[in-house]
Amino acid sequence: MANSATIVTNPDPIWGKLTLDSIPFHDPIILTTALVVIMVGGGVFGAIMYYGKLRYLWDEWLTSVDHKKIGIMYIIAAFIMLIRGFSDALLMRSQQALAVSESSGVGYLPPEHYDQIFTAHGVIMIFFVAMPLIVGLMNLVVPLQIGARDVAFPFLNSLSFWLFVVGAMLVNASLVVGEFAATGWLAYPPLSGLEYSPWVGVDYWLWALQISGVGTLLSGVNFFVTIIRMRAPGMSLMKMPVFTWTSLCANVLIILAFPILTVTITLLTLDRYIGTNFFTNELGGNQMMYVNLIWAWGHPEVYILILPAFGIFSEVTATFSRKRLFGYTSLVWATACIMFLSFIVWLHHFFTMGAGASVNAFFGIATMVISIPTGVKIFNWLFTMYKGRVTFDSPMWWTCAFLITFTIGGMTGVMLAIPAANFVLHNSLFLVAHFHNVIIGGALFGYFAGLTYWFPKATGFKLNETLGKWSAALWTIGFFLAFMPLYVLGFMGMTRRLNYYDNPVWNHWLLVAGVGALVILVAICVQFYQIFASIRDRKQNLDVTGDPWGGRTLEWATSSPPPFYNFARTPQVVDRDQFQYMKDHDLAFKQPADYSRIHMPKNTWAGIVIAVLSGIMGFAMVWHVWWLAIVSTLAMFGSFIVYTFQKNKDYYVEVDEVKAIENAYYARLKQTSKSDTQGEETETEPGVPLSMPA
Amino acid sequence: MSTIEIQHEAGYTGYVSEEHHHDYAGDTLLGFWIYIMSDCILFATLFATYAVLSGSFAGGLTPADLFDLNFVAVETGLLLFSSFTFGMAMLGAQQKNMTQLLLWLGITFALGGGFLSMELYEFYHFSHEGAGPTSSAYWSAFYALVGTHGLHVFAGMFWMVILVIHILKDGITAENHTRLSCLSLFWHFLDIIWICVFSMVYLMGVM
Amino acid sequence: MATQTHGGAAHGSVKEYIWGLVWSIVLTAIPFALVMSGSLSNGLTLAIILLCAVAQVFVQLVFFLHMNGDSDQMWNTTSGVFIVLIVAIVVLGSIWIMQHLNHNMLMGH
Repeated sequence: MANSATIVTNPDPIWGKLTLDSIPFHDPIILTTALVVIMVGGGVFGAIMYYGKLRYLWDEWLTSVDHKKIGIMYIIAAFIMLIRGFSDALLMRSQQALAVSESSGVGYLPPEHYDQIFTAHGVIMIFFVAMPLIVGLMNLVVPLQIGARDVAFPFLNSLSFWLFVVGAMLVNASLVVGEFAATGWLAYPPLSGLEYSPWVGVDYWLWALQISGVGTLLSGVNFFVTIIRMRAPGMSLMKMPVFTWTSLCANVLIILAFPILTVTITLLTLDRYIGTNFFTNELGGNQMMYVNLIWAWGHPEVYILILPAFGIFSEVTATFSRKRLFGYTSLVWATACIMFLSFIVWLHHFFTMGAGASVNAFFGIATMVISIPTGVKIFNWLFTMYKGRVTFDSPMWWTCAFLITFTIGGMTGVMLAIPAANFVLHNSLFLVAHFHNVIIGGALFGYFAGLTYWFPKATGFKLNETLGKWSAALWTIGFFLAFMPLYVLGFMGMTRRLNYYDNPVWNHWLLVAGVGALVILVAICVQFYQIFASIRDRKQNLDVTGDPWGGRTLEWATSSPPPFYNFARTPQVVDRDQFQYMKDHDLAFKQPADYSRIHMPKNTWAGIVIAVLSGIMGFAMVWHVWWLAIVSTLAMFGSFIVYTFQKNKDYYVEVDEVKAIENAYYARLKQTSKSDTQGEETETEPGVPLSMPA
Repeated sequence: MSTIEIQHEAGYTGYVSEEHHHDYAGDTLLGFWIYIMSDCILFATLFATYAVLSGSFAGGLTPADLFDLNFVAVETGLLLFSSFTFGMAMLGAQQKNMTQLLLWLGITFALGGGFLSMELYEFYHFSHEGAGPTSSAYWSAFYALVGTHGLHVFAGMFWMVILVIHILKDGITAENHTRLSCLSLFWHFLDIIWICVFSMVYLMGVM
Repeated sequence: MATQTHGGAAHGSVKEYIWGLVWSIVLTAIPFALVMSGSLSNGLTLAIILLCAVAQVFVQLVFFLHMNGDSDQMWNTTSGVFIVLIVAIVVLGSIWIMQHLNHNMLMGH
């Protein structure tokens, strides 16, 4: 959007590169979007002030260190960013449906705008939709599944969340102030270097990713320690629920991979800010090293997204088949194998960049090998359903859609893993179809299954089942309509990231893809309506027992929503499906005789304050406002130091308070089990002679 | 419902019979160790970059032209010795001996400061000779790797100052002892990274 | 990580730290002396530099960080070994790949 006239090469000491020209008043699309965002944001803020809820918001949410609340905030933020990312998708689909030839027009998006859109789409969907969805679900579920009262480092958890929010805000700010990168989501140099991207777009990309990346790394350490050290007594590693296992592996990948991202984008930052020559065209710089490093992070990253989704499907399949997961041990080992293998396949993202036969062969074979443990898992889920009493609640709809879609995506992945075939398919729409196939049909469907599954745990009421099934069906149909044509177009030779083409044969397929995107739009609208309708009708969908689905693991052993301390008494684990075991032995839903006081962390201002300061630092760095960058950096470290000197970061919940909360829960429980028989359904199961050997 | 067999003992309720105290210091120490592990990857990436760009002088100065091994040997000595003095400080902390702790921490700080000053002087000297961070890809990689290590040393020294204020304020409490253990881990880790730096960068650079 | 307040047995002692220091000095002096004197062939010197570096890393781990095979350090040791593996993959993998790319893309120096 920026024409070269607005580029300030000589920054002002006070305003840096920032001028009034930085705001694209001349662009109606952006201006309208900005106005809508400002009006909606202003309306929400006004409502908060009008109802006097600011204090409540600050005390109960913004400064909260409760993993459940942080998880909910992650998921809300992810859905807001999904609107933005999906709008970009619609813009691209419509542009490609229109821009067919000179005669029928070139669409409505100029190249420099279109380039920013596909960049923003990729960055937002991966970093600010998929990542927060999965980190949010981990926050919500992992401590509950392992019988813990919070994560190991509650303050760092809050900090991680706000760093992520700040990163997302920087991306959104770029829409209105300045421009975003027009380089593709991984910003390869030399295109992302100063010479070819002289203005601020790439800088926004750098700082948004750097800040949210640090947050993700902290999350990784936090959850690793939580899972290793805070499991309830008796829960050995091989008694952990599968979602906890896959989360553990995903967090190991975060710990191992994110430092590579940090270094890589720092080196690009140095190239752009102080003129070093890591990835430049002159003085020995080597752009291929950037590609090598960014994919050494990037490949593990896709497994960070998909592994926890595998965990969700495992929980869902076992619960709705009413039996133990088939082949728990093999599934755990398959996860560990994938975790390791994901580190020796990164070259398959650049087979065509000139590696010799030995390198390409090694990485090609390693990539194909990774499909074996993944295939093992598919059979785990299928055999779990086999001879189970499968009920098709909406999480199962997502799971079945996943099994078919993901298998196709996995197979096209193996095709791409053959280096010789890759030379034909690389950078084509075949590739675009493949990774959407595994990320939507694999990861995203998993997150939606998990959201539906754990929604009652987080809120105390279920989502509307009918609407949930509609959205699963529409998403699946929309997905196939939108992306199968792209496989065909890939074979026809259409490369990715085109904002204009002159081959009319492609147009039919792109029209179909456009229709698919519209079906997905309807699916997303149904999802939003589902959330609205479920909140409206929550009285009909109340989950009083805390166990709405007949769950098998510990998160269902407490009320919905759980009290802030999760478990009044720490569970003593004896079985892999601990809650099912308790139900089988008539131990569930029984109030313990006595309680003791509970040690809990206090809320803290530090997470949000430090993160907001880091956001100011990032914005100042983007615009070369050096004084502000220095001041905010100092303030950032200063507030952290002040935080370390603060006393009383924790407190005890006294027995009386625990007793009052627990008594109320068990009273409600008693009332429902008297008034309807549904609550007992889960307890009658031991009598059913449908057992499988473990 | 698959496992009807009973795995628990009589009197089992599904919950622990007695709540026990959680070892929070152990969480912090493991968490910090894991952070150090991720820092290893950070340095590994920088080492990989250095190795890949190690021949990219663009016709400019090479390390053999500039490196002075005597100088580096002194730098190395300072850092190695500081690892030892930090260990002595830790012994002081374990014996709750405030004087010993502060004395040895002071020496460690001075040694770290000496190391950092020498490094800064070296950077200044190299840049002055015409090998600054922008001179060629090799020198970019050199400054990034050695500079990141230096930045870590600086962070360690800064942390040391803050921690001494904590200790003077509250004494050698359990919390401060945990912090000290983390810093000790950090400091020894920097020593280990430096071993790799002087071997790969300086010694191999002049060979 | 045996410096924790509660493990008990794994604290360092003055003797241990002095031994650590002595070993460090020896293992640093050898490669420096070899390179400065240039008395051995390049290949042999390189091998000895690497050997001394690896040995000294272990000296630091054992004498200064007090790592041992105790079960309470299981996660530290396991994660340490795993990290070494990943570091090797990232560094050696990058070097191997980039050699190929530079060669085939004529990025000669």
